[in-house]
Amino acid sequence: MCRLALKTAIEPFSPYEVLTAMEAMQEGYDGSGLGLLLRGLHFEDYKYNPKHPILSGIAHTEAAWQRLNAIMEQRGFELKYDHEFQTHPEMVEAKDRYRYFLRVYKMPASFDDKSQEAIENELMLTRLALRANGEAHEKDLTAFSFWPDVAMIKEIGWPLDIGNALTLHDNRITSRVCMAQGRQNTNYGINLYACHPFFIQGVATMTNGENTAFVPIRDWLLGKHFPGYTGYQSDSEVFAHILHYTLKQLKLPLQAYKHIITPLKNAELDAHPQGSFLKGLRDACRRLIIDGPNAVIGTLPDETCLLVMDHKKMRPATVGGRNGAWAIASEMCGVEALIPDRDPSFDFQPMREHTIIVPPDRKELTIWSQLDPYPLAQVA
Amino acid sequence: MVSARSVSVGPSSLGYTDLPWIIQHREDRCTLCGRCTAVCPKEAIYLAYRRQRMPKLDVLKQSRGNEYRTFVGIRQKTNMANACIGCSMCTMVCPNEAIMPVPNTNEHRTLFFHNQKGQPQTRGGRRNVSGPNLLDRIMFDRISMLTDPALDAGRHEFSLTTTLGRVLAPEEFLKRQREGGWIPPTREIFPFIIGSMSFGALSPNMWLGLLQGVAYCNEVLKIPVVMCTGEGGCPPWVLKSPYLKYIILQIASGYFGWDEIIRAIPHMQCDPAAIEIKYGQGAKPGDGGLLMWFKVSKLIARLRGVPEGVDLPSPPVHQTLYSIEESVMKMIQTMSTAFGHKVPVYPKISASTSAKSVLNNLVRNPYAGGLLIDGIDGGTGAAYNVSMDATGHPIASNVRECYLDLVAQGKQNEIPIFAAGGVGKNGNVTQNGLALIMLGASGVHMGKYIMQSVAGCLGNEKSRCNVCNVGICPKGITSQNPKLYRRLDPDLVAERVSEVFMAIATETKKIMAPLGRSQSLPVGMSDALGISDKDAADRLGIRYVC
Repeated sequence: MCRLALKTAIEPFSPYEVLTAMEAMQEGYDGSGLGLLLRGLHFEDYKYNPKHPILSGIAHTEAAWQRLNAIMEQRGFELKYDHEFQTHPEMVEAKDRYRYFLRVYKMPASFDDKSQEAIENELMLTRLALRANGEAHEKDLTAFSFWPDVAMIKEIGWPLDIGNALTLHDNRITSRVCMAQGRQNTNYGINLYACHPFFIQGVATMTNGENTAFVPIRDWLLGKHFPGYTGYQSDSEVFAHILHYTLKQLKLPLQAYKHIITPLKNAELDAHPQGSFLKGLRDACRRLIIDGPNAVIGTLPDETCLLVMDHKKMRPATVGGRNGAWAIASEMCGVEALIPDRDPSFDFQPMREHTIIVPPDRKELTIWSQLDPYPLAQVA
Repeated sequence: MVSARSVSVGPSSLGYTDLPWIIQHREDRCTLCGRCTAVCPKEAIYLAYRRQRMPKLDVLKQSRGNEYRTFVGIRQKTNMANACIGCSMCTMVCPNEAIMPVPNTNEHRTLFFHNQKGQPQTRGGRRNVSGPNLLDRIMFDRISMLTDPALDAGRHEFSLTTTLGRVLAPEEFLKRQREGGWIPPTREIFPFIIGSMSFGALSPNMWLGLLQGVAYCNEVLKIPVVMCTGEGGCPPWVLKSPYLKYIILQIASGYFGWDEIIRAIPHMQCDPAAIEIKYGQGAKPGDGGLLMWFKVSKLIARLRGVPEGVDLPSPPVHQTLYSIEESVMKMIQTMSTAFGHKVPVYPKISASTSAKSVLNNLVRNPYAGGLLIDGIDGGTGAAYNVSMDATGHPIASNVRECYLDLVAQGKQNEIPIFAAGGVGKNGNVTQNGLALIMLGASGVHMGKYIMQSVAGCLGNEKSRCNVCNVGICPKGITSQNPKLYRRLDPDLVAERVSEVFMAIATETKKIMAPLGRSQSLPVGMSDALGISDKDAADRLGIRYVC
């Protein structure tokens, strides 16, 4: 069972803060991986325009590095900034790390005429092309994300060790949102792509627990033949894809996510004001019902953060914070470590029907219940 | 050469050891009450007077002589028409444990004489292959052990229902919802369904008991069990009752009973659960119903709209249209229209190498509410033995390849596949059903298992009983003779129905809980399956374990 920590704050902060907080929960991960996702980025030595996409990943060889440059050039992306990590390779278990990259690109001029949807598609296809290129060359190139204002770091090892290895404490990179996962390797191989958070077109989630309904969900998503629904080195990747499917493909509000992954019971739907619509939605999306126990923590492009539990509610994920700064963690001690200067009596553990939404203004959180009326009356 | 008439043994002459069952009778216990001979459905035994010579030797008088004793004993007939079927009714009625049929361990020779008068063997039951079948050998091996503990089957909440009916793709569902379009009807049902057994094949008491039991499961136990009528209609009082919602009405190639059903539509208080259009049956692919004259009683004749006492063989296919594809499409649409597009309509076919073609036809038919595939191990009330034993396709690989075909198209949630044919053949009904569900079925139908478990059907796959076709069912399950079916108490059948479904529900939880599943039926969860047969594992795309 992995450990998860998310911090969102108006004032950018160092990802190292979150890594330190992960120490509080270290009984729950085994050093088989760390994943970090940063949004709302701020670079010490570069004035970043948040419209420019950032490519994150690892080139494992010099040849891969050359190929990466060639691919990006060929697709018309112009390099604006190349963040060079101050690395200590001796502190990382893996030895085939030629270069951790985090590079800001300018989109090609040809994108000016494209719709937002087409641009988002291009960005995703570029990331997938890099990934495919790496997979075709003995996995020597790993691409985590290519998206405006999102940076991702994944590495095998203990969270704090990796933070030290990449000198993340030097405050050269800070962000308003940071998601971190310390991995407890379960039934899948140790693989960089298996580290959470999972990312697709601006949507990111990380999860603890085991997804026992993984195979039927994966089979269904693969059947959509959407290029981004691929990978599945981890059973948790489907949570990100379902959220993406809900928001981007079905264009439903965030509240629908909970109704899709953990629909209400028949008796509850009978009493619900939009029960018949929600029953139809449950039937139509039946293969996406998750069967945890899981806590799903996610972030969206507008810096909204969310937390939902599976229906069994066997995880203690907690949210807490104050005006301007909020933390979501898989354990209460994680929240305490992330935002000690809050009133802990307002900490909240969502139950099976809740979706916790921390809006971008970060003033207060929303506790939305599935039993509440569904927010899109004209659809229902 | 002229045969020796003095020797009364002909080609078809048989002795006790040639028969599949030998009656063991203990004269020292028999009270000659006659119950066994009265109850025997085959009249296989009879009371016989015998004379026994008692040698008498008087030593003092130095003389020898005989005395004769006359006694009454039970004897077994050895002709084919009256050969014992091993039903053991004689044993069950004997007050003194004096009689029982014993299976003949020798290779019995009746196998060669089932074609008397040029008539091949017909019978009820299943394919005569006994022992564990493939479904019995599948194990559920993906146990939640590491990050998540297995669930508690007794304390957690489980969602055990499945969807019957066409489900739209999410995008299409939302579009129609916005535009006020037609959303195909669905039902949330228990995934174990009482399969089609007709009113005609089953006795009135059996049918009533099933119906009572199904109503009890729904209304009291809250297990949403549905049952299918089979061909032959449905009693008008059921059609007009609020219990019709638990009934799947079947239409088959004889269209028997549909006059009554159509006439009852305006009077229906609720919609039926679904309409099943039978194109084929696993036990006898290419054959329709074979209800013979001796089962066409006055009641059956009235329900089916035919004269009393006539043979009612249904044609093998629906005769109304030129091509099957057209027939399937039009019949589904017609039936859907007849019920105001508010009732799911789905076809039932025999498992076959051509099942995928049918399935793909349905994928493109917006009115098709599912597909039921019936495998070779399915039961029947009447069929030719050769059809039952040698014709058809096992269900497991057929369901699996159909499901994977849908997966490749991303349509597995849109057309539910139901599986039938041998579910519970060896009593492992929940194991068999869940194995099929994890291979991709949305639910399973079971008929023979229900007859065996709720009414005590005596048939098995070693030629025991299996006389459903001739209307002499010793338990009164498949007979239309009131003298026989009054033996069956509908209330006790109903009680057994509820017991069986309660047990299946608990066992389903006991299988799902260790897999960490509780929120939805594990349809297509093939990663949970293993089998110690490499070839079967490869064919089904599941794990080989040993």
